[in-house]
Amino acid sequence: MALGRWVAPCVTLLMLSACAGTTHLSFLDPQGPVADAQRWHFYWVLGIMAVLVAGPIFLLLPFLVWRYRYGNKASRYTPRWEHSRLLEIMSWSGPILIIIVLAFFVWRDTHKLDPYKVLASDQAPLQVEVIGYDWKWLFIYPDQGIASIGTLALPTGRPILLHMTSATVMQSFFIPALGSQIYAMGGMVSQLNLEASKPGKSLGENTMYSGNGFHQQKFTALAMSPADFKTWVSKVHATGLPLDTQNLEIIARRSIRSDLIAALPRARSMDGNVYFTGVSRSLFPAVVMATMDGKPTLPDSAFGRTGTATQDSDAADAAMGQAR
Amino acid sequence: MSIAAIFDHPLGRIEWSSLPFWQMFQQPTEGNIINGCITTGAAFMVVVGAIVLVLLLTKYRLWRPLWSNWLTSPDHKKIGIMYIVIALVMLARALIEAVLMRAQQAFGLGGGFLSPDHFAQLFSTHGTIMIFFMAMPFLTGVINYVMPMQIGARDVSFPVLNSISLGLTAAGAALVMVSLVIGEFSTGGWFGYPPYTEISFSPGVGPDYWIWALSLAGLGSTLTGINFAVTIYKERAPGMTLMRMPLFTWTALCTAIIMIFAMPPLTVAMAQLALDRYLGFHYFTNALGGNMMNFTNLFWLFGHPEVYILILPSFGIFSEVFSTFSGKALFGYRSLVMATMAIAILSFTVWLHHFFTMGQNANINAAFGIASMLIGIPTGVKVYDWMWTMFRGRIRFTVPMFYAIAFILLFVIGGITGILLANPTIDYQVHNTVFLVAHFHNVAVPGVLFGLLAGYHFWFPKVFGFRLDERWGKVSALCWIFGFMGAFFPLYVLGIMGLPRRSVAYTQPSYVPFEIVAFLGALLLGLALITLLVQLWVSIRRRDQNRVFVGDPWDGRSLEWATSAPPPEYNFAVIPVVEGRDAFTTAKENGRAYLQPDTYADIELPNNSAMGPVIAAIGFALAFGLVWHIWWLVVLAFLAVIASMIIRGFARDTARIVSAQQVRREHQHWIDAVATATAISRADECKSANVGLALQATDGVVP
Amino acid sequence: MSPQSIKHPGLNLGAAHGKDNDAAETVMFGFWVFLMSDAILFGMVFATYVTSLHGTAGGPGPRDLYDIKSVFIETLLLLASSFTFGMASLALKYKHSKTRLIGWMVVTLVLGVAFLAFELHDFGDMFAKGGVPSRSGFLSAFFDLVPLHGLHVTAGCIWLLSLLGQIARYGVDTKTKLGIMRLALFWHFLDIVWIAIFSVVYLAGLT
Repeated sequence: MALGRWVAPCVTLLMLSACAGTTHLSFLDPQGPVADAQRWHFYWVLGIMAVLVAGPIFLLLPFLVWRYRYGNKASRYTPRWEHSRLLEIMSWSGPILIIIVLAFFVWRDTHKLDPYKVLASDQAPLQVEVIGYDWKWLFIYPDQGIASIGTLALPTGRPILLHMTSATVMQSFFIPALGSQIYAMGGMVSQLNLEASKPGKSLGENTMYSGNGFHQQKFTALAMSPADFKTWVSKVHATGLPLDTQNLEIIARRSIRSDLIAALPRARSMDGNVYFTGVSRSLFPAVVMATMDGKPTLPDSAFGRTGTATQDSDAADAAMGQAR
Repeated sequence: MSIAAIFDHPLGRIEWSSLPFWQMFQQPTEGNIINGCITTGAAFMVVVGAIVLVLLLTKYRLWRPLWSNWLTSPDHKKIGIMYIVIALVMLARALIEAVLMRAQQAFGLGGGFLSPDHFAQLFSTHGTIMIFFMAMPFLTGVINYVMPMQIGARDVSFPVLNSISLGLTAAGAALVMVSLVIGEFSTGGWFGYPPYTEISFSPGVGPDYWIWALSLAGLGSTLTGINFAVTIYKERAPGMTLMRMPLFTWTALCTAIIMIFAMPPLTVAMAQLALDRYLGFHYFTNALGGNMMNFTNLFWLFGHPEVYILILPSFGIFSEVFSTFSGKALFGYRSLVMATMAIAILSFTVWLHHFFTMGQNANINAAFGIASMLIGIPTGVKVYDWMWTMFRGRIRFTVPMFYAIAFILLFVIGGITGILLANPTIDYQVHNTVFLVAHFHNVAVPGVLFGLLAGYHFWFPKVFGFRLDERWGKVSALCWIFGFMGAFFPLYVLGIMGLPRRSVAYTQPSYVPFEIVAFLGALLLGLALITLLVQLWVSIRRRDQNRVFVGDPWDGRSLEWATSAPPPEYNFAVIPVVEGRDAFTTAKENGRAYLQPDTYADIELPNNSAMGPVIAAIGFALAFGLVWHIWWLVVLAFLAVIASMIIRGFARDTARIVSAQQVRREHQHWIDAVATATAISRADECKSANVGLALQATDGVVP
Repeated sequence: MSPQSIKHPGLNLGAAHGKDNDAAETVMFGFWVFLMSDAILFGMVFATYVTSLHGTAGGPGPRDLYDIKSVFIETLLLLASSFTFGMASLALKYKHSKTRLIGWMVVTLVLGVAFLAFELHDFGDMFAKGGVPSRSGFLSAFFDLVPLHGLHVTAGCIWLLSLLGQIARYGVDTKTKLGIMRLALFWHFLDIVWIAIFSVVYLAGLT
C-alpha cells in the first residue's frame, strides 16, 4: 500500500517526462552519470524505507485499530499493561538497524557524489564559469573565450567543471536531469561537476527565490556530440556580441532574459539566447572581486583580450574607451 | 537626523502609495487591478473586522470585562485561551493565502493572475504566520492551559511574565496584520535569506515588518520557554515526580528547554539583519566582509530546533489521546520520555541539513545527514509505542482519534521523505523544489496541526464546560485529512519534476494536472476550516445538551480532569497529592477521586496586571515606528518600555486572597454535582447523558 | 540552620520563612534560566565575531584600533564593581546597616558608570581612527559584541538605580532583596562575559 502511493505517481511521472520529449526535467529521467547515480540512491533509500518502515506500520495499524475497536468485545483488553521488554527492544532496535544501514549508504554516496569531486574520465573536464545575475545565468567558457546566456552547451561524454559565483543575491544553480544543485554566492566561488552522457535538452534553473523574475530564470542545458560542440563554439565566435563594460552593465540590470535581449538589439537573431565572444579569462575573478568589494564597475583588466582577438573585442575596447 | 526632520516627517516614510489600492489607481492595468483588488479586499477585511469588533465591544459594554477579566488577567487558563484565539484568527488568514497561492499555480502555466511580487508576499506571510503566529501561539496556548493543571499547580511560576509573553506575540501578530493595510510584507520567504533581504535588494518596508514581527514573537517565546521550564521544575504537586508527569507535560518541558536555547540565535540574526538595514553594518552583505553564510547558520540553528518546538507538544497530545481513547495506560512511558529528550537534544545537531548545497565538504554533509537520520530512531520508537498503546485496548473513534490515526499514517510518509532529504545525495536534487514543500507540510500538517486540533477537541469540554459536536468534528477531520493529501502529495511529484518552490508561474504543461489536484486539495482544506467554524457554532448553540460540568467526559487519566469543567480560577480547591503515573486514573480506581477535604485554606492568587497589554501596545508602537522610520515614536516607546519595567519593580501588592469560605462554597457546588451525576459507560461518551462522570472499569470488564 | 535550608546565601530567608522562601527559590531559579538563555545570545555574537575576524575588507583591524591600556582599566573597573557588589550582598546577608548596603551599591553604580564612560571613550577613539561599524564585516561584528555587553551593563545600572529607589521607598523588603540577589547574579555574569571579551577580542586581537 505504501509502495502503491509511490509507484503510481512515479510511473505517471516517467510517462509524462517521456511525453514532454523535448526537455528533460527530472533526475528520474537522467541524462548523465551523476543524476543516474542519484536516481538509484533515491530508489534504494525509498525501497528500504517503504519495505521496512512504511510496510509494517501500514499493515499493523489498520489491524490494531480494527481488532481492538470498542465494539469488539471478543478481543483481549489489558488496561494496565504498559510494558513489555520484548516489544521495547523491538521498537528501538528496528529503527536503529534501519538507520545503521542507511547511514552506510549516506556516507558512501555522499562522498561518491560529492559535487566538488571531478568526475573520472580520460579527458580533462571542460571548464565553465557561471555568474548568477538577476534573473539570468551567464555561462563563460574561459578556454574558448566565449560566453552565453540562455543555453549551456555541453559536449557529451566529457566531464564539466563549473565554477560559480553570484553578482547579486544568493542563487542555486540546478540542472535536475544532469545532477546536483549548488548555491552561487556573491564574493565567493563554489564548484559543481556534471557530465551529459547523451545529446538532448535538459531544464536548467535557479531554485533560490531571488525576486520578481525568479521563475523566469531558466536555461537549456544543451548536450551535443563533441563535433557539434565545436561547431557551436565557432558559431558563437562568429555571431557573438562583445562582452564589454556596456553590455555587462546591461546584463547586470534586474531584468529577465527577454528584456535583456530587447536591450541588446543584435541579440534578437539568437533564438532567445545571447552569445558573447572575446571574453577574457579575468572576467570571472574580476566579478568575484568586485562583488566582494562592493564596487559596481569592473577594472579594465577584466575585459582584456583573449588569444582569439576579433573585431568585436576591438570594438569593445573602443566602447570602453568612451565609457572612461 | 535633525529635530526639524522629525517634524517634517511625523509619519516617517508613510505615503499615499503605502496604501494597497494606490498603484491600481495610478497605473490601472489589468494585472494591477486584480492584485490591487485582492490586497484591498484583504486590507478591507482587517479594517472592517477591527471596526466591527470595536463596535460590538462598545454595544454590549464589554470593554471593562475584556480589560479586567481577560487582557490584564494573569490566569494561565485565560492566557492560554487568548493565545489560541490569536492562532485561529491567524490560521484563517494564512490558509486563505495558501488557497490563493494554489489557485495561482493551478492557472500558472505561463502566467496566472497574481503578480510575482504579490505572490512572494503571500508565501512569505503564509510561512511566517503559520510558524510564528499560528503553530507557536496554538501550542503555547494549549501548554499554558493544560500543563499547570496536569502537574497539579495553581498557575505558572511567573503569571505576569506569561501575560507579557502573550502581549509580545499579539503585538507581532498585529504587525503582520497591519502590513496588509499599510505598506507591504517581505518577499524573502519565512527565512528571509540575505543578501536578498538587505537594503540594496529589498529597500521597501517589507523585510522590516518581517524582522520586527519575528523579533517580538521570538522574545515572547524565549520568556514563555523560561516560564514553562521553571513551572515544571518548581510547581509540581506533592508526589508528582518527574517520571510521573503526563507525557504531554514532558513534551512541554522539552519544548520549553528548546525555546530557551534556540530563540537567542534568531534574536541575534534578526538584530544583525536590522543593523545591516538601518545603520549600514556589514553582517550579511555581499561586500565589505559581510558573510551571508553566517545568517544561514544562525537562522537554522534556531530554525531546526523550532521544528521540534512545534512538533513535540503535538506528540504529547497524541500520547494522551491514544492512551485515553484506547482506555489503556500509555505503553512504554519510559521509552517515550527518553525518545522525547533524545529528539530535543538531537534537534540542535542537524541544522546544516537545511543547506547541504552550500558547498561544504562531503564529510560535513555526510555527518549532518546521518545526524538528521538519527532523529528517525526516537520518532520511530514513538510511533511503535503509540501502536502498542492501542494493542489490547478498547479504541473509541472520537474526533481526536480520527486525527491521531491519520497522523500516524501520514506522518510515516512525511518521515520517509524526511529521511530521503537527509541524504545529501538526494537533497542535491530535491532541495528548494516543491518536494521539500511537500515534505515539511507532510510533517507540519499531520504532525503539528492535527495534533493541535486533536488537543482542541480533547480539551475543549474542559475549558468551556461542554463538548464539541462530534458529527461536524468528523466531517472537518476528514476534510483536513483528505484535503492535506490532495494538496501535498502532488507536490512530491512536481518537485521531482524540477519545479522550484516559490514559482509564481511555470512553462511546463506537464505540471498542470498535478497543480490542479493540489488546488482542489487546498479548496478542501479551506472547507475544513469552514466546517471547523460551523462545528463551533453548532456546539455553542447546543451547549446545554452537552454540558460536562463534572469535568471528566473522556474518562481521563491526568489531573486536569480531576476538577470541574470549566475549572475554578485556582484550578484545585485542594492541591492534589499524587500517588503514581496517571494520577487521576489511580485516584478513580482507589475511590479517592471526588473527596472533600476536612478543611479549606485561603488561596493566594496573582493580582491582575496591566503589564501584558501595556507591553503589547508599546512593543507594537516601537516596531511600527521602526518599520516606518517614525523616530519620535521609537524614542517614546523605548522610554516607555524602561519606565514600565521600573514602575513594575515598584509594585508591591501583587497577590490577592480567595477566601477559604469561597473555595468551600465552590467546591461544595461541584461535589454536589458529582453526587447527583450519573456515571456513563464509554458507549455513551458522545451522548448528552455524558455529564463528565465516568463509569469505572473493574478488571477485564469494559464500562 | 541545616545546610539545605540555606538556599541562597545572601538572602536571609530559610525554612522558617516558609512560602517566601519557596517563592524566592522559584524566582532565583527562573533568573538562572534566563541567564542561560542570555549566555547563548552572547555565544552567538561571539561566534559571529570570531567568524568575521578576517572580514576587515581592507579596513582597520584589531591592531590599528584597540587600546589595551584603556581596556585594562575598564577590566579593573568592572572587576572592582563585581567585588563591591559582592560586599553589598554580604551586607544584605549579615543584615549590616542599610547605609552600608546602599553605600556598596552606590560604589558599584559609580564603577559601572565609569566603565561605560571609558568604553564610550574607546569607541570614540575607534571612530576617529576610521573604525566605524559600517566600514567592514569585522567592525560590524565588533560593534555587535562589545556594545551588547555595554548595553547589558547600562541595563544593570538602571536596574541598580531602580532598586535604590525601592529601598528608599519600601526599605529592604523581600522583593527588594530578591531584586538585589538577581542583579548580583546579572552583574557577576556580565563580569564573566567581559573576561571572555577581554581575552577573545582584545588579548587575542593584539597578539
